[in-house]
Amino acid sequence: MSHPRARWGAQARTNVWRLGLLVLGAGAWEAATRFGVVNAFWVSSPSRIVVDLVKRIVGGEVFFHIAVTLYEAFLGFVLGAAVGIAAGFLLARSEELARVLDPFVTALNSLPRVALAPLFILWFGIGLTSKVVLAFSLVVFILLVNTYAGATNVDQDLVIIARLLGASRRQLTMKIILPSSIPWIFAGLRLGLAYALIGAVVGEVIVATAGLGFQISHAAGVFNTTGVMSSLIILMVIATLLNEVMKVAEAKLLRWRPKIPGA
Amino acid sequence: MSQTKIAISNLSHRFEIDGREVLALADISLEVADGEFVAIIGPSGCGKSTLLNIISGLFAPSTGRVTVDGRPVTGLNPRIGYMFARDALLPWRTALANVEFGLELRGGAVRERRERARELLRVAGLQGFEASYPSQLSQGMRQRVALARTLAIDPDIVLMDEPFGALDAQTKLVLEDEFLRIWERHRKTVVFVTHDLFEAIAMADRVVVFGAHPGRIKSIVGVDLPRPRSVTGGRFGPRFQDLYERLWEDLRYEVVRGAPEPRDGGG
Repeated sequence: MSHPRARWGAQARTNVWRLGLLVLGAGAWEAATRFGVVNAFWVSSPSRIVVDLVKRIVGGEVFFHIAVTLYEAFLGFVLGAAVGIAAGFLLARSEELARVLDPFVTALNSLPRVALAPLFILWFGIGLTSKVVLAFSLVVFILLVNTYAGATNVDQDLVIIARLLGASRRQLTMKIILPSSIPWIFAGLRLGLAYALIGAVVGEVIVATAGLGFQISHAAGVFNTTGVMSSLIILMVIATLLNEVMKVAEAKLLRWRPKIPGA
Repeated sequence: MSQTKIAISNLSHRFEIDGREVLALADISLEVADGEFVAIIGPSGCGKSTLLNIISGLFAPSTGRVTVDGRPVTGLNPRIGYMFARDALLPWRTALANVEFGLELRGGAVRERRERARELLRVAGLQGFEASYPSQLSQGMRQRVALARTLAIDPDIVLMDEPFGALDAQTKLVLEDEFLRIWERHRKTVVFVTHDLFEAIAMADRVVVFGAHPGRIKSIVGVDLPRPRSVTGGRFGPRFQDLYERLWEDLRYEVVRGAPEPRDGGG
């Protein structure tokens, strides 16, 4: 542990630098549009975006679209994570099954799944389902691959010690393999959450009747770059918040891991 | 001495490495009495660890016979505790939960096993560290937890594979002394594999010198130093010196003969 006051000082300095960088970037952007270096019609400007954001938040309609996007992403995430984790453990238990399925999993996993979006829309319509399925298809493989890696990379010393102490096969799974895989699963969940949001938004951008992706696509269609930009900012804030929530959950569940300084 | 606890007769073991058969242990015969402390010492690759693995029932020997309490070893024996040089603690469990682990697997009542784990941590000198995770403990402390875990299941036989080998010299002396103190109170049967001749003489009733390639028993020397002992106490006495010179003579020959050592999968 370093000295708390020294740490607090360092943190404050980092924050000042961050704020400075933000002000500098936004200021340069604003100035460039004010003095006609670039046309605000194409790139908008910070002041326009802030005004638009305030207007949308006061108007309230944006919350409906945020809710739609989050709901799609959430469903895709939960279903994809559940199926992916279960499949990962299943494959880790049966070496033969894993060998047989390996090329298929690899092939499906290397397919850029957002390219499946048009097909999902044909199959499941322009509503909620097609976005959930797209998010699911992104999340499920991330969790499958991570869970499998976690469940097959268990420290063999721990397995031997557990066997020597009398562990049954079921106890080995529940008390050694499962907890060993938790850090891998968490890494997958954090990545999966970001991808669930990508799935939902991409689906909406292609065709939808609601959601932040729909709003982006709609604004771009009428050359409203400010509308696009403010939606992007909202997405950025949401994604960051979700990531922070995952970090807190991870820190709670993985208390036992060695502390990495500065992390 | 009292009755025979472990009997090994005409045991040989072969490994297959890259399609080549390697003889790891050749014609080992050894009896360990109930309550006896036997140290096995020898150069790297003499199959010392392999022998412990076979006694524990982790795998069967190619030929020969091992009995514990007169019964042939056919699989893992719940009456045997096994401790490695690597602590092999579960990193997601606290020190207390690690010590409890064996009893938990055996379905002991929560209250009782927790109490026993707490008591063993105290005996191992870790009072106040019950809630610490292994990553928060020093290597010496982790090895103390591993020792407490090994003793928690109240084994009849304790197999130890260089249990203090990964520790710094001072911590090692302290833990050796503490283990001796615990052992002299309970007198479990101990088979203790080590690289350290001082450690072997200071702790054991008998020292078995192994030769390498293939692993075999070269000599067995009884240590008639009085107990209770202290690891550092008798070290400079004339009897200790005699034993040391006698054993080093045997061991030195094997170490020199064995170098440079090809790996054979045994420890």
